[in-house]
Amino acid sequence: MLMQDSNSFSTVTPQVARFDTPLHLKSGAVLDSYELVYETYGELNAGRSNAVLVCHALSGNHHLAGLYDDNPKSAGWWNNMIGPGKSIDTQKFFVIGVNNLGGCHGSTGPASIDVRTGKCYGPNFPVVTVEDWIQTQVRLADYLGIDQFAAVAGGSLGGMQALQWTLDFPERVRHALVIAAAAKLTAQNIAFNDVARQAIITDPDFHGGDYYSHGVIPRRGLRLARMLGHITYLSDDSMAAKFGRELRNGALAFGYDVEFEIESYLRYQGDKFASQFDANTYLLMTKALDYFDPAFPHNNDLSAAFRFAKANFLVLSFTTDWRFSPERSRAIVRALLDNELNVSYAEITSSHGHDSFLMEDRHYHRLVRAYMDNVVV
Amino acid sequence: MKKSPGMNSSLNAARPDFALIAAWVKPGSKVLDLGCGDGSLIRFLRDSRGSRGYGVEIDDANVLACFNNGVNVIQSDLESGLQSFESGSFDYVVLSQTLQAVKNTENIIKEMLRVSKEGIVSFPNFGYWKNRLQVLSGHMPVSEALPYQWFDTPNIHNCTLGDFEEFCGQHGARILERRVMSGNHQITFMPNLLGMLAFYRFEQQK
Repeated sequence: MLMQDSNSFSTVTPQVARFDTPLHLKSGAVLDSYELVYETYGELNAGRSNAVLVCHALSGNHHLAGLYDDNPKSAGWWNNMIGPGKSIDTQKFFVIGVNNLGGCHGSTGPASIDVRTGKCYGPNFPVVTVEDWIQTQVRLADYLGIDQFAAVAGGSLGGMQALQWTLDFPERVRHALVIAAAAKLTAQNIAFNDVARQAIITDPDFHGGDYYSHGVIPRRGLRLARMLGHITYLSDDSMAAKFGRELRNGALAFGYDVEFEIESYLRYQGDKFASQFDANTYLLMTKALDYFDPAFPHNNDLSAAFRFAKANFLVLSFTTDWRFSPERSRAIVRALLDNELNVSYAEITSSHGHDSFLMEDRHYHRLVRAYMDNVVV
Repeated sequence: MKKSPGMNSSLNAARPDFALIAAWVKPGSKVLDLGCGDGSLIRFLRDSRGSRGYGVEIDDANVLACFNNGVNVIQSDLESGLQSFESGSFDYVVLSQTLQAVKNTENIIKEMLRVSKEGIVSFPNFGYWKNRLQVLSGHMPVSEALPYQWFDTPNIHNCTLGDFEEFCGQHGARILERRVMSGNHQITFMPNLLGMLAFYRFEQQK
């Protein structure tokens, strides 16, 4: 089978690109210089026509596929999708993963040192938007000598970046793979994000975002934020199937410690996340999600937003995804059809909710493979 | 197994129903194919008429086949209408050998007339003499054009040429052209009896 780990890269190494041209952000703030950490897989061809940019979602990063130091636990977040012989085949494509600006996995972000002060940026790191990320990714493309991507791909917030690419740089992207995404968040989605932010900001260890200088992290807030988020990424059915009402110790304890398996799972996920992710980055990423709304400058007419787009589109949604529901994807498809753009749309039957886009699924992976097979390089 | 483009177009060329539909489609037009299967017709129209085409299909395996064929396909249920498509946004909407399997026939014809200037429909003629003979002999027809048994057929709304023409009259569709085929032959004499497959091109009655 092609999906086995034998088709993964044994070892990949992150690289760093430094940019010293000031970056003017949508908020009006300016970043004089910054670094982006990225990884590449496969070889850039002589015509430089086989590059695929993969954008990450809320908690993702540049480590898409492969392992670090042959450690099987270090597999990239889209290892089931990207690799030699996989759906996004690195024998054909030169795949690039980049940690977004404001991230906490090596690119300049709130936890980085601000050279002007010699201290962490903390709360002074500017709020960044999807449009700002595209600007930085364009600079990375220039740095790598890539005039045009064969494809820009992503799920969730990553799919939003793929959409934005086709709007901001129509000449520089031939295909956009927009998976489990939306053209804007609903009020309910913004509400979830705000509860997550409030959990972090009201943690006594948050210190207005300057927790680095106090030697603490707002662990409880970040943990709650992740627990809440995690619930919304799963479906009611998949939680019922996986955990049901199973009790850890077989009997009710009439207390507030972990009793149900789902509690144990969520607390574990929250703890794990809180020890790996920066709270300020979490705040930034949720804001980038909330602000994304390409139709807004066009009187909320999404079709008008895509008037100058040229790319071919693959739009995928998952039946049980209630955070970025199929209806949100269909709205994107309608706007693309209105502009007579090439678009294919599939609604994948899956029980895993929003997280489906990360899961191994035969039909889903076959669809992406079939689409990518027809991408001319 | 992925089909090579060459293999596929020669396969398409062998289908007389595709050739017939292609003859009705003006070069360079925009076509929507409802229940497009593996996308062969869209591909054939693209290659032979330079059309820009989209397919609508509900079945997962067919959607994947469209992807493999490099055909634009929108996975959706025809029964719930064509909300993704703007009114008047197509030159032709094709419903190729699917009419008889659609539950809400009236709505689909209405939707076709809404999104497109012209509609093209093909269906197996239930009035074909072999079908009539089988009914006379006491059995539901099973034939080349109607290959299913009564208990497993998806064809819930079979009709004859006469039925369809009456239906068009009642539903604001003006028939522009009709072709009737039996195998590779065009039937002009007693088509409702001798025709196996019927093809209609129609528009909204003005």
